[in-house]
Amino acid sequence: MEALINMVLLTLMAVITVGIIRMKSLFGVVILGGIYSFLMASVMIVLDAVDVAMTEASVGAGVSTVLMLAALYLTKHEETPSLHSPAVALLLAAVVGAALIYGTIDLPPFGSADTPVNTHVAPRYLEKSIPETSVPNVVTSVLGSYRGFDTFGEVTVIFTAGLGVLLLLRGRRKRIHSDVETAAIAADARDAA
Amino acid sequence: MSPAIETLITSYNYWITIFLMVAGLYTVIAKDNMIKKLVGLSLFQTSVYLLYLSPGKILGGTAPIIDPALKVYSNPLPHVLILTAIVVGVATIALGLALVVRINEEYGTIEEDEIFETGTGK
Repeated sequence: MEALINMVLLTLMAVITVGIIRMKSLFGVVILGGIYSFLMASVMIVLDAVDVAMTEASVGAGVSTVLMLAALYLTKHEETPSLHSPAVALLLAAVVGAALIYGTIDLPPFGSADTPVNTHVAPRYLEKSIPETSVPNVVTSVLGSYRGFDTFGEVTVIFTAGLGVLLLLRGRRKRIHSDVETAAIAADARDAA
Repeated sequence: MSPAIETLITSYNYWITIFLMVAGLYTVIAKDNMIKKLVGLSLFQTSVYLLYLSPGKILGGTAPIIDPALKVYSNPLPHVLILTAIVVGVATIALGLALVVRINEEYGTIEEDEIFETGTGK
């Protein structure tokens, strides 16, 4: 049953992806992107990643959709049709896809417990989380305690990105105003002449 | 269960992951519109989430929150890594969108081929 729900949701995601690629209206693309993120969150719940699902639903479907809509408001709403053919990109995508499919032959089957991924370090976290940190949610204890430095690095990345956005968009309002003023002065000069 | 159906069930996650990844790659290369490129980039990123989470799932297991009533839990480590990846992904998309807004201000277009035709800014 789990596997069936998982497969249905994944198929829906593939269909949405085709829609995202084919659609010309950028507004539609962004909304489809939101649907895609919610489907991804549902898949994550089926895969038992409840914390990740919550983050994906709020950050992936919420924040990034809002950011995309804001960018559309400041730029353009339509994609102009491309002049050159996508043949090279299609060929490259097909080759990469075929190579990756070939790689899946060696991957462990979905859902089995005795694979190296699931037998190496995960049982240690599951057994020692309560005695060592007394946090029942193992994802929280690994994120905040065992791998706290990873989270510190993540915060640094977000801070840097925020700083970058601020520096790029700083003075945007000023520039727009000065453009309007220059135009007004030019118009006055024309009138005087 | 016939072997073909079994292969389908055990590999379906990987196939869809690869499809999403390749679709993202295609969008980034083939589309000229920069916002579409960024959407393609986020498709690529989200496919990596699936790539990490799928092998950690144990059929019949539950979410890794310890409870005396439960015995089998899915692997918590990929969840932690992907939690970080999601937030970093949004940060990079935000930075990319800010760059697109600046490019639009300078060139008046977000289509890559039109920018190449213009050569330099206004």
